[in-house]
Amino acid sequence: MSNRLRAFAFGLAGATALAAPALAVDLDVTCRCVIGGVNSGTAEWIENSVIPAFEAAHPDFNVTLNQFGGEDAQLTQQLALDFSTGAGPDVTAFDGFLIPSFVEGGLLKPLNEVAGAAVDSWTGWAALSEGSRALMEYQGAYYGIPLGTDVRMLYTRKDLLSEAGIDADNWQPTSWDDILAAARAVKQAKPDSFPIQLNAGVAMGEATTMQGYWLALLGTGEAVTDESGKFIVSSQGILDTLNLYKTIYVDEQLGDQRAQLLADGRNRSFANFRDGVTALLFEGDYFYRSVTPEGSEFAVPNRDAVLGWAKVPAKTPGSGIRGQDFVTISGGTGFVINPATDAPAEAWAFLSFMNEPEQLAAFQAIQPRITARTDVEIPNSPFLTETSQELLPLTTARPNDPNYNAVSAEIQRMTEAVVSGELSPEDAMAQYKSAVIAIVGEENTVSLL
Amino acid sequence: MTAEPTASPPKRKPRNFALLSNWAGAAFLTPAGILVSVFVIVPFFWIIFVSFTNRTLLGRTALNPEWVGLGNYLALFDPATFFQRGQFGFSLILTTQFVLASALLGQALLGLLLAWLIQTVPPAVKRITETFVIAAWILPEVVIGFAWFAFLDRDQGTLNMIIEGLGLPPGDFLLQQPFWVIVVFNTWRGAAFSMMLFSSAFSSIPPSYFQAADVAGASSWQKFRDIGLPLIRGHIVTDLILITMWTFNTFTPFLLTNGGPSYRTELVSIYNYRVAFQDFQFGKGAAVGVIMMLINLAFALIYLSIGRKKKVR
Repeated sequence: MSNRLRAFAFGLAGATALAAPALAVDLDVTCRCVIGGVNSGTAEWIENSVIPAFEAAHPDFNVTLNQFGGEDAQLTQQLALDFSTGAGPDVTAFDGFLIPSFVEGGLLKPLNEVAGAAVDSWTGWAALSEGSRALMEYQGAYYGIPLGTDVRMLYTRKDLLSEAGIDADNWQPTSWDDILAAARAVKQAKPDSFPIQLNAGVAMGEATTMQGYWLALLGTGEAVTDESGKFIVSSQGILDTLNLYKTIYVDEQLGDQRAQLLADGRNRSFANFRDGVTALLFEGDYFYRSVTPEGSEFAVPNRDAVLGWAKVPAKTPGSGIRGQDFVTISGGTGFVINPATDAPAEAWAFLSFMNEPEQLAAFQAIQPRITARTDVEIPNSPFLTETSQELLPLTTARPNDPNYNAVSAEIQRMTEAVVSGELSPEDAMAQYKSAVIAIVGEENTVSLL
Repeated sequence: MTAEPTASPPKRKPRNFALLSNWAGAAFLTPAGILVSVFVIVPFFWIIFVSFTNRTLLGRTALNPEWVGLGNYLALFDPATFFQRGQFGFSLILTTQFVLASALLGQALLGLLLAWLIQTVPPAVKRITETFVIAAWILPEVVIGFAWFAFLDRDQGTLNMIIEGLGLPPGDFLLQQPFWVIVVFNTWRGAAFSMMLFSSAFSSIPPSYFQAADVAGASSWQKFRDIGLPLIRGHIVTDLILITMWTFNTFTPFLLTNGGPSYRTELVSIYNYRVAFQDFQFGKGAAVGVIMMLINLAFALIYLSIGRKKKVR
C-alpha cells in the first residue's frame, strides 16, 4: 500500500473509531497461510475452528485472519516494517529463529511484559516441554507460544529409484557419494529428469539455508557458527558444501538449476517431485504434512506407495557434526503478539485460546504434526512417529543469534552465486566472508583455512 | 519573487504590486512551508544524519545505533570489495552500462528515429504510432512488469510461443540474458518521451527549409543530418539529461528480475532497496541514498546550466 493510501486508511479507521464507541474489540491475526494455497491446513484451522470457537466464547471480540500468500521473507519484511512503526497484526505466526533479531531491534517484547500477569499464570506452560518453550525463547524470556518443531530428511520417489535399478524400499545412503550415485543412475534412466533437489538461491529464503545449506554443511562436521558462537566464514566444510552444489547444479545437471533461481522456485521444486522429475528431495516434515497431502496442489499421486524417506547422510560415515553418521536440523514456529497491539489482554486471550488442547486437537485432525504440547495426542501417523523418533535424537538447532538472519541471507546469496555458475566455490566463499565480516565484525568471525 | 530586478528605470523604487501584505503572504505560505519541511527538508537531513550511523531495523544496532562517521561511505568504496558482485561498485558500473545502452542508445536513438519517420507518413499512421508508443509510456509500472514477465516466461511466455511458431529454439531470457532484457524493456518503456520531444522539435522547424532542400535534391538522410539535427540540438541535450536521470533512478526492472539472478540486474536503485529494506541496514542504505542524491544533483546542475545558457542566448 502506498503511504498516501495508508494515511487514508488510517484516517478512515480513526473516523470510524470515533463514530462507533469501542464495543467490539477487533483482533487481526496474520499467518503465511491461504485456504487452498500455502499452509492451507493452518488457515483452515484458524478460520474454521479457532475463530468461531473464540468468538462464541467471547461475543465482544471480532477476529480477522489475514491470509498472507507471499514468501516467508516477504512476510518477515512486512512484519519488521510494521512493528517498527507500531502497526501490523495483533497476533502473527512467527518463525522462532527470527526472535533474537526482532527482540534486539526492539520489535518484540516478552509476553508477560505485553499482556501482564495473565501470561505467567497460564496453565499451558506446564504442558510445554523445556525444549519446546525454547523455540520461542530468548535470554530467559518467552516471546510467543510454540506450535511445534520439525525435522529434515531426504524424501525419495521409490518408483523412480526402482526404475533406475535401486532397491528403493531399503535405500539408505551413507555418504554424499551414495546420493550422487543414485542420482546419476536416475539421470541415466531418465535423461530429462533432475534427480536431486537441494535448495539453493535467494528466492527460497530460509528454506535454502535450512533444507539445503545446513543439511550439507552439518555433514562435513561444521555448523554456521563454532562452539564459541563465532561465525565460520572460510573453511573446508563450506567449500565441500559449495562443491556439492556445483556438482549437482552446474557440472552434472543433476538438479533443476532454474528452480533455484526463479522467484517461485520452491513451488517448482515441489512440482518437480510431484511430476516425477525429482527423485531425491531434501525437505522438512512440513513437506509431508502440509505440501503433499491428498487434495493439495502438490499432492503426490499414490503417496503411500511412491514416497519414501531416508536419513540425510554425512559426507562420509562419521564425518558429520559431533561425529555423527547422519544429520538433521530442527526449527520451530509459533505465534507472537505485536508489542504495539491496542488490545494486549485480548490478544493474549486469543493466543492462549488457540494453544489450548481442544484447539490443538482440532489442528491435529486437519494436519497431524509434532506438537509442542505434551498433553495433545498425535493422531496415528506412522510417518511422523517414525521420522521424529529416528531424527530428533540427531538434530541440531540454529544459533540463537540476532545476526543469524542477516548471515543466512548471505548464505543464500553464496549458494545462488555457485548454482547459477557465476562464481567458483572459492570466490563465492570469499564474497561470503567479506559480507559476514561487514555484518558481525571481524572479531566475531573465524577462518578455519 | 520580489528579488527579480524589474525593467523599470533604475532610480525609481520598484513598486509592489502584491495583492497581499508581506505578513498575509507569509501566513498563507506557512501551511505549505510546514508540509514541505516536514516531508522533504527534514527527511533530507535525517537521511544524511542516518548515513553516518550504523542504524539497522533488526538486531542490536536498531535501538542503539552508533556514530560511525564516514564508515558507511568507506565501506561502499572499499577497494577490496568494490567490484564484487552485489557490491556498490558493481551495481554502479551496471547502472552506467544500463543508462548508456537503454537511455542514450535505446530511448534517444529509437525516439529520434521514430520522430523523424513519422514526420512524413500520413497523419493516420502517425497518430496510431504515437498512440502505441505513448501507451507504453503511460501504463502503470506494475501492469507493465507483469505483462513483460508473462511475455518472457520460458514455458508459457508469448515470446517463446512466437519463436517456436517460427521453428526456432526457445530462449530462457529472464535467466540467461537478464541484462539485455531490462535494457530492451527500458528502451521500450521510455522511447515515447524522446519521440514526443523530438517530434515537436522537428515540427517547429519551418517547412520551407525542407522544401528548399527538396528543390536542391537532398536525400532524406541529408535533410536529417544537415537541417533536422542541427536545429534540434538543444532539445537533444535536454532529452539526454532527463532520460539519463530517469533511467539512473528507475526501479521497474525489479519487477522483472528481482535484481537477479545473482545480482546481474541489480541497478543502484535496486541495490539501495535491498540494503535498506531487505537487509534492513538503514545506515548503509542511507549512505547509498546520499550518493545517489549527489549524482542526481550533478545531473540537475548540468541541466539547469544548459537551460540558463539557452535563455541568455
